[in-house]
Amino acid sequence: MKLIKKTALGAVLSLGMFSTAYAAECIAPANPGGGWDFTCRQIGKIMYDIKAVDSPIQVTNMAGAGGGLAYSTVVNERNTDEDLIIAASSATTTRLAQNAYGGATADQVRFVGAIGADPGVIAVGADSEFTSLSQLVDAIKANPGSVAFAGGSAVGGFDHLKPLMILQRAGFTDITKVKYIGVDGGADAITQTIGGFTQAMTGDMSEIVGFLKSGDIRVLAVLTEDRIPGFDDIPTAKEQGFDVVAVNWRGLYIPKGVSDEVFDTWADRLAKVAASDEWKQAMVDNGLAPFTKVGGDFQSYVDGLVAEIQQLSKDIGVIQ
Amino acid sequence: METFTNLALGFSVALTPFTLMLAIIGCFLGTIIGALPGLGPSNGVAILIPITFTLGLDATSALVLMTSVYYGAMYGGRISSILLNIPGDEPALMTTLDGYPMAKQGKAADALVLSGVSSFVGAFLATIGLIILAPLLARVAYLFGPAEYFALYLLAFCTLGGMASNNQAKSAIAACLGLGIAMIGLDNTSGMPRFTYGNLHLMDGVDFLVAIVGLFAIAEVFFFIESHGKNTALGVRLERVTIPFKMIRNSFWTMIRSTFIGFFAGVLPGAGASLGSFMAYMAQKAVAKDPETYGKGNPRGVAAPEAGNNAAAGGALVPMLTLGVPGSGTTAVLLALLMTLNITPGPTLFADRPEVVWGLIASLLIANIVLLIMNVPLVKIFVYVLQVPPWVLLPGVTMISFVGIYSLSGSYFDLLLMVGFGVLGYFLRKLDIPTVPVILGILLGNQMEDSLRRAMVLSDGDWAFLFSTPIAIGLWIAAIGGFVAPMFLRKVLKKPQAITD
Repeated sequence: MKLIKKTALGAVLSLGMFSTAYAAECIAPANPGGGWDFTCRQIGKIMYDIKAVDSPIQVTNMAGAGGGLAYSTVVNERNTDEDLIIAASSATTTRLAQNAYGGATADQVRFVGAIGADPGVIAVGADSEFTSLSQLVDAIKANPGSVAFAGGSAVGGFDHLKPLMILQRAGFTDITKVKYIGVDGGADAITQTIGGFTQAMTGDMSEIVGFLKSGDIRVLAVLTEDRIPGFDDIPTAKEQGFDVVAVNWRGLYIPKGVSDEVFDTWADRLAKVAASDEWKQAMVDNGLAPFTKVGGDFQSYVDGLVAEIQQLSKDIGVIQ
Repeated sequence: METFTNLALGFSVALTPFTLMLAIIGCFLGTIIGALPGLGPSNGVAILIPITFTLGLDATSALVLMTSVYYGAMYGGRISSILLNIPGDEPALMTTLDGYPMAKQGKAADALVLSGVSSFVGAFLATIGLIILAPLLARVAYLFGPAEYFALYLLAFCTLGGMASNNQAKSAIAACLGLGIAMIGLDNTSGMPRFTYGNLHLMDGVDFLVAIVGLFAIAEVFFFIESHGKNTALGVRLERVTIPFKMIRNSFWTMIRSTFIGFFAGVLPGAGASLGSFMAYMAQKAVAKDPETYGKGNPRGVAAPEAGNNAAAGGALVPMLTLGVPGSGTTAVLLALLMTLNITPGPTLFADRPEVVWGLIASLLIANIVLLIMNVPLVKIFVYVLQVPPWVLLPGVTMISFVGIYSLSGSYFDLLLMVGFGVLGYFLRKLDIPTVPVILGILLGNQMEDSLRRAMVLSDGDWAFLFSTPIAIGLWIAAIGGFVAPMFLRKVLKKPQAITD
């Protein structure tokens, strides 16, 4: 009896403690372990370390509907919460564009900024017959069923869109024929590709860094404007003739109903994180490329992105 | 030799008075978290991550604390399984089958000590396996594609028939119910929501923790209310706490066998501890001379799943450290912790950051020994739970269940769902349909379906693809064998019974 009482009390007390001892809350709209969780924990930790906030930021994991649950919670229940930030990425805008958040739209929250981007990559196993992106594209053009992609997102997700964007630019219109399997994360996609079950992997740079170092895979292309510092021998898709830039930015949004002062405060804090040595180190360690857009111009970037993905998703038949 | 120097490095990092203290605190907290229904190792670790930052711990100390909590929770899950028939977390599910009947027979303390020792054996050997085999085993993940995974999950379902209930059909009904529930949510292969009725809360499907707590804990409360507390299943008899050496000796080979099975299940990304404990239990029952005593309080039925799930916890670290692929929910959280500490697991981690890897391994060994030492005397405290009158205990359990489930996603919807599962559990028990296969259906159904669908995408719908590799064929044979064997065995076993009748 004592034990149960004590533990119950302990559980309640500790939960209570968490909610009062923290100044602000960061919602990671997914289970621990993914990119949003990383964003919340890393940005939250650095904000506290560099004293941009007075007390540690509490991370709440609110998994559900690929971020939709957190989105609708913020829009409907916490619209004026000034001490709330939510992790976001390209997946957020992709799903908003595809109307996967139950009718919610991108203008129902305020996007504060992005302070890093995970470049998209197309990779194959080290012993693969493909040594360049055009070889891969040619093989698919000749026989769409001969190449299967593995990626960490579900069908229609950002990882799926990347190879489709490349093929579309290459003039291949029958994109629904392209084989894609969505597995549990980028690392899983790589093991399936190295194991020979799929021929190519589509994902983010951060997911493949370890495998690249160990020599298990070959990266055919990185989907950025320029080559990534530190990975200078990997060609971009652009220089191989496929004009596709697809990066998975990491950033934050806050509720719509807060004042401009609050928005500016968070933007300022985020900018401080972006400028800190800790964040620069974290980016290097995790394969992120610099990508800083904070404040007002980020919102317009997001709007442009949503429009672009909406068009693309219509083209490939993911949405009507 | 290199392994020993590495290990020495690990211990030099992990074995300081401060980290030892962290290990003890972590083990204690973990045990409690594991024992509370709804709070499993993964949310236990997740809840405690912020504390490591607040305390300003360095990478090694943070890892020691978190792995202690992780292993502590793996140990702790068995406590409520045995004492209350409510699994503390999903890997402890199978321990209810024989642990609770043992407790009802007055052998609660024996069951707790035995399961503690089994947990130790499983976890300890798995850690040794991790040390010796990690680089080698990492390759195993490359051998398992969609077809192989599908056959593996099929194997798990095919052995379901012989479990929990004497009635195979009822087990099958329960498993189908679970599989049906698993279909709810976003379909990974088409990206379309199924059976969600536009409800965002159902997009990711039903969380199996919600189902477990509902089917076990909440259903228990309904039964309690119905009987006005008189005829409750709670309130088992209590005897003196002694160490059951004979029982431990008798279960020795069971533990070793289960450790191997569990470790293997853990190494495969996506299989994890639940499958490990399940397969260990079913394998034990399959080789036992007295399978009819399982489910009625056979000590080996406690030893097998506990050794299995703790070994799987160790095994799950192999793909996490070597590939960065988490093998279970908790390793996913540990992965998050590592990444927050700017350590990216992957094939080069062992070479790049030996102090982290070997410090982690050393802390696993330390946590294990601390837990073994801590758990035997703690049993005395735990069994006092049994002396609590049910009218105090059950409201307490209910409260903890609500808090635990709310902490999962912070939404009231999960609470409603949990109560719904409680009602379902109540009726299932009235109909004498076992609830364990329901959980397994929810737990493994999604992955099984995803594997099948992926296999079909890759093969253009050619079913022969499912039998295209030696591993897949081997698993299919085992699955069919596991499904058919009990039917024949039952005839063999029934005969002598008929004579004695």
